[in-house]
Amino acid sequence: MSNLSLTSAIPNLIKAVPRSRNFEAVLIFWVSGIHAFALAQIQLSVLQVMTWEMLLYWAPPTLAAMIVHWVLRRYAIKADGLMLPLAFLLNGLGIAMIYRLDLAELANGGNDVFAMRQVWLSCFAMLIAAIVIRLVPNHLSLRRFPFVAGLAAVVLLLLPAAPVIGRTVNGATLWVGTGELSFQPGEIAKILLAIFFAGYLVSRQGSLAEIGSRVLGVRVPRAKDLGPILLFWVASLGVLVVQRDLGTSILYFGLFLVMIYTATGRGFYVGTGLVMMVTGALVASRFFGYVESRFDSWLDPFNSANYNAAGGSYQLVQGLFGMANGDVIGTGLGGGFPQLIPLAESDFIFAALGEELGLAGVFVILAIYLLLVYRGLRISNSHPDDFSKLLAMGLSFVIGLQVFVVAGGVMGLLPLTGLTTPFLAAGGSSLLANWSIIALLLIISDSSLRSNR
Amino acid sequence: MNRQVRRVGVVLALMFVALFAMASSIQVLRSGELYADSRNVRASYETYKVQRGVILVSGTPIVNSAAVNDDYRFLREYESVIYSPLTGYFSIFSGSTGIERAMNTYLSGQSSAQFFEQINALLDGTPVTGAAVELTINPDIQRAAWDALGNRKGAVVAIEPSTGRILAMVSKPTFDANLLAGHSYGEVIDAYQNYAEDPDSPLVNRAIGGDLYHPGSVFKLVVAAAALESGLFSASSEFENLEVYRLPGTQSYVQNASRTTCGTGETVTLETALARSCNIPFAMLAVELGEDRIRAQAELMGFGRDLEIPLSVTPSIYPAELSLAEVGLTGFGQFDVRVSPLQMAMVTSAIANQGVIMKPQLISSVVASNLNVLSQPAPIVLSSPISRETAGYLTRMMVDSVELGIAGRAGISQVAVAGKTGTAENGPADPYTLWFTGFAPAEAPQIVVSVVVEDGGGIGQNGTGNQIAAPIAKAVLEAALK
Repeated sequence: MSNLSLTSAIPNLIKAVPRSRNFEAVLIFWVSGIHAFALAQIQLSVLQVMTWEMLLYWAPPTLAAMIVHWVLRRYAIKADGLMLPLAFLLNGLGIAMIYRLDLAELANGGNDVFAMRQVWLSCFAMLIAAIVIRLVPNHLSLRRFPFVAGLAAVVLLLLPAAPVIGRTVNGATLWVGTGELSFQPGEIAKILLAIFFAGYLVSRQGSLAEIGSRVLGVRVPRAKDLGPILLFWVASLGVLVVQRDLGTSILYFGLFLVMIYTATGRGFYVGTGLVMMVTGALVASRFFGYVESRFDSWLDPFNSANYNAAGGSYQLVQGLFGMANGDVIGTGLGGGFPQLIPLAESDFIFAALGEELGLAGVFVILAIYLLLVYRGLRISNSHPDDFSKLLAMGLSFVIGLQVFVVAGGVMGLLPLTGLTTPFLAAGGSSLLANWSIIALLLIISDSSLRSNR
Repeated sequence: MNRQVRRVGVVLALMFVALFAMASSIQVLRSGELYADSRNVRASYETYKVQRGVILVSGTPIVNSAAVNDDYRFLREYESVIYSPLTGYFSIFSGSTGIERAMNTYLSGQSSAQFFEQINALLDGTPVTGAAVELTINPDIQRAAWDALGNRKGAVVAIEPSTGRILAMVSKPTFDANLLAGHSYGEVIDAYQNYAEDPDSPLVNRAIGGDLYHPGSVFKLVVAAAALESGLFSASSEFENLEVYRLPGTQSYVQNASRTTCGTGETVTLETALARSCNIPFAMLAVELGEDRIRAQAELMGFGRDLEIPLSVTPSIYPAELSLAEVGLTGFGQFDVRVSPLQMAMVTSAIANQGVIMKPQLISSVVASNLNVLSQPAPIVLSSPISRETAGYLTRMMVDSVELGIAGRAGISQVAVAGKTGTAENGPADPYTLWFTGFAPAEAPQIVVSVVVEDGGGIGQNGTGNQIAAPIAKAVLEAALK
């Protein structure tokens, strides 16, 4: 056999392999082993002994992933075979890091622990994903209710600003809750928005793309068609004002722009949208103190005035110190000081992982995200139906954009925002939303292959 | 629509490339700079993860690290303040000093000699333990020196002249290292501020550092050594016995401490002048010798030389470019001559050790946690500044000084003690600096001791070296000869 034929066989292998449920099972088994290894390393490094307690953090998520796998085998056998193991890998890494931070907290005499909670929330989110896969055998039914989804999204987005149940955490009004229970409705809203955009844009595809008068050689859509983009721009700014969170408005507006571009293929929307977004952000930074101080901290984090200011760059700088300490290969799990970074278990888990796993670990984590997003884009690319294309595209993009905004914020590339790191950060709403996205993408990929037949 | 999807894919790829680039910049290009930022406490935490080695005196730990349940894992504990100037402190929040600093690589297990231990630690997960550092200090002599100095400000240094081993080193006032090694930021910073702002400088080890002292008459040993070594003078060389001496080229006059002549004769020998500690003959001698000869002798004995024992010793100073009058003043240790007590102990040990100065050494051995001896400094000759004969003459003069009574309070019955006192002036109305330096037994010296007491021992210009410093030295010598 010549080399040439081997090389030409590779694309076929790539195509064939990830669709195999057996291959998925092997990957889950392997990922689960990585999680066990990480937990063992943490216990050995921090406690010097391995205890049976490790199983509590390892077994339930593995079991939940296996249940999702089993449901896929039964109800969506053609679904993509890489997404579940990849998301599960990230989820377990997050649990391991949170457990490691818990051990540091306990050693310091504190009792703010998150890992056990994260384990059960992960299981819950994965089981919800399994239920979504089981109960929504055809995602096209979602197409029927774009405006319901849109309205629900708006309500969810406004909820945190509502009296009584609304909550402000670290300056951002992103939460609703009573007592112990709290929820970040914006996380779910991003799925509903993607559904809404996909439904709406598919029905208006033609008019948005082709009708309009030429001004200076650029085709400008009719006011009627341009309306929604303006409306949504205002809404995004409204989110920024009400929720005091730059990340959420970047996320929704970005999602909107990419989906309208994908639907129409017109750069005009992206160009106008970006200009509007930047203008909006600059204006907001002039008029709202909280945005301005975020910008200052971002532009000059090491300035001692910013560093010492309440809500200043202290957290960012501590995160950078942590990542720098990790260097290329990291300190090893349990070997660094991620507990020095405020909110290391949630907003700054990326920096905590960067410290202990090093640049190598950061590259791997980013590569996993990129691979996950690309599987989603591939589903979009190969699906024959436009609604499915748009929805898959929007859902994948929203994960990618969120990682970019969060990781970029932690590393000082962008101003810091209140978004969570998908699958890694402690928090139930985020897990629930992202696992639901995975479930939807899996359904779409399954339907893609079925309809191809 | 697929074209758009592919373009969005490219945009996402570019976003991730930006993230990859940023991570590389932080974790590789800027990592050193970020790690070194003063606001980054990781570097000090890192050293705290290792159980630091103990510091031992005569086989007994005086400093150890106890396991505690917090981020720093171990709390450094100091047994007694009498060792504080030696051990220094190891603080998370305000750095480290003393042996803790000088021997840090061993104590923290980071020295290259512990390479294989570090490899083992990496492989089997057992943490590296710092090496133990054993000091040359004799606890009985150290305690005697501490007690004898009482609550006066000053320092005591004792050396074994044949090896250079430092047997005692006391500096007062001092500090409680436990207050600086604590794990509470606020408490440590407060304690540090208090010590740092204290006008008595308790953080300074006066025996080897700080502002140094005017030596006064103890410097006559250096001048006498220079005279004998020059070949121009002998022990019996005679000087005009004056009541007052006008410094050349000035209207300034020098008197002996007795305010009269040095004994009764028309002339006075070098021997008598040293034994009686007369200023006028030494001023005349210094003028005749000239600054270069005196400085050359002083430098042979260690002046102007950086020394690590392994604590850094502030070099003692013999000034340069002097007028003749100023040279005359340096003859009895005034003007800008500044010395550390350790330097005076080195001068004295040259006399005690037949002309050879052994390098002062504070480290007896360094032993790794696996009981490998990592370091065991052998005695080293630092210099041979004087001949055996000169050493013999100077010894005789110093024994006379004790027997005649000028340094009589250091005398011990049945033992020949060699000694030299000093009562240095600091300013017209300032309290004296009181000195004693000597050794015993004179015929086979086992210990050299130098004592300095600041502020006239609390009695301004009324105290003398013999009255205040000599009894302290006596207590130290007795503890050593017991």
